[in-house]
Amino acid sequence: MTFEQFIFYIFATVTIVSAIGVVTMRNPVYAALFLILAFFTSAATWILLEAEFLGVVLVLVYVGAVMVLFLFVIMMLDINIDPLREGFIRYLPVGILVAVIVAAEIIIVLSSDTFNMAIPDPMPLSYSNTKALGEILYTEYVYPFELAAVILVVAIIAAISLTMRKRNDKTKRQNISEQVRVKSKDRLRIINMKSEEKQ
Amino acid sequence: MDSLIAIWDGLPEALQTVIVILLKIVAILLPLILAVAYTTFAERKVIGYMQVRCGPNRVGPKGWLQPIADVVKLMFKEIITPTESSKAVFFIAPILALAPALVVWSVIPFFDGGVLANVNAGLLFVLGITSLDVFGIILAGWASNSKYAILSSMRIGAQMVAYEIAMGFALVGVLMAAGSLNLSDIVNAQSGGIQHWFMWPLFGLLVVYFISGVAETNRAPFDVAEGESEIVAGFHVEYSGMAFALFFLAEYASMLLISVLTALLFLGGWLSPFENFESLLAIPVIGAFFDSGFHWLIFKSLIFLFLYLWFRATFPRYRYDQIMRLGWKILIPVTLIWIFGEGIAIGLGWEPWK
Repeated sequence: MTFEQFIFYIFATVTIVSAIGVVTMRNPVYAALFLILAFFTSAATWILLEAEFLGVVLVLVYVGAVMVLFLFVIMMLDINIDPLREGFIRYLPVGILVAVIVAAEIIIVLSSDTFNMAIPDPMPLSYSNTKALGEILYTEYVYPFELAAVILVVAIIAAISLTMRKRNDKTKRQNISEQVRVKSKDRLRIINMKSEEKQ
Repeated sequence: MDSLIAIWDGLPEALQTVIVILLKIVAILLPLILAVAYTTFAERKVIGYMQVRCGPNRVGPKGWLQPIADVVKLMFKEIITPTESSKAVFFIAPILALAPALVVWSVIPFFDGGVLANVNAGLLFVLGITSLDVFGIILAGWASNSKYAILSSMRIGAQMVAYEIAMGFALVGVLMAAGSLNLSDIVNAQSGGIQHWFMWPLFGLLVVYFISGVAETNRAPFDVAEGESEIVAGFHVEYSGMAFALFFLAEYASMLLISVLTALLFLGGWLSPFENFESLLAIPVIGAFFDSGFHWLIFKSLIFLFLYLWFRATFPRYRYDQIMRLGWKILIPVTLIWIFGEGIAIGLGWEPWK
């Protein structure tokens, strides 16, 4: 067993164990933590496959941003665990059906000819995975890439417009430009008046 | 001595590499931890003098042993675990906060060739690992089973996610100018004298990067997560002794990291500003000082480290909604416009940094 294989087996074991942890943990926060560990170890596996860009981006986007917000929501909601466990047997057949379909799909895809190829030689040290990805993304696949970007922008705008709500006028909001533009005479009125008579 | 060399040669090659790497790690981490200890001392002294006080001056000559005394005190304090808290997460959290802050130093080049791991996508690695910092704090807040702590985690979570975007965009500008993600290559792209440093063409990005760096390290004026006046001490309110010290260590290590990174990315890292003055470099002893080297990186980082302390002494704390406004509505648009302009400049072949 080479050193690389040794590292691979360590990361693969951790990934599988943490993936099992995601679905078996009773506390949703622990489940989310195991999901983070699963993401992190799969990123390490990708880096082992010389896909360092994808590996780091997986950590950056999924672990560093998505899972933070995920944890955020889980911690805010005081989830009562018992009702989640109810009806486990009732939903079991549907669950098994979905699992079987997914497993069958994975087997069909992996046993197809696309993946039936020799192990590629390792790239030289100077090879930059990031540059290679960028080159192919902005030349050959530029239209699908731009299309994906447009769809994402539409999704962002949709999300914002769905959650944006008009507030009633009673809330006090800060208007910075108004505050900056304020002059002393807007706030202070100097009046000229006679002093009052002595009583 | 000869017997030592004989023992060394007798070791298998794999073990030799592991030992060399371990020694390198120690050579980076020991000075780092010392630097952290004396940064806390410098902070108290600098802020002291800014507020016309003396700062700590009792322990040792002129107070120089103060950080050592602090460490000893923290080490021997009792660690208290809150009841009904999640014990495992409570103790994993400080480790999760410290580990990324130390791991990032593996890709930082200190001088030409002086780097532990010369990673191809070094800048991405730095971004990816620093984005993990937030988990320690969020989990600490949750595991403490305290209202103040959880409020603090909520604040820091949103703040980190917001400022990471501005930070990432600022770095995009740097890598566009350097044409590489490797940190050593980025510094070498700035060689050729002070006018070639990225701080001139990318000044806006430098400002954005450092501001979001201050926000990322959760320091004043962006330290709403600690907010003593509202939520006591935030996420570490339930931590004592060494567990608290780990958070402290992580915070100062990332402060040093942001200072060093800003120096590397925008101020030419270890490159000397006097690179082109041949006659100056030819002077026997002083020439070595004016030549490029590790000491220039230290000087440049100290500028930013001092800025950190200066900010803390002068600025009042931002309100939470103001932090969000600054991050999303000011810093991100500035970086976007700057990158757009830079892209046009590169497209037209007008590259002032070359």
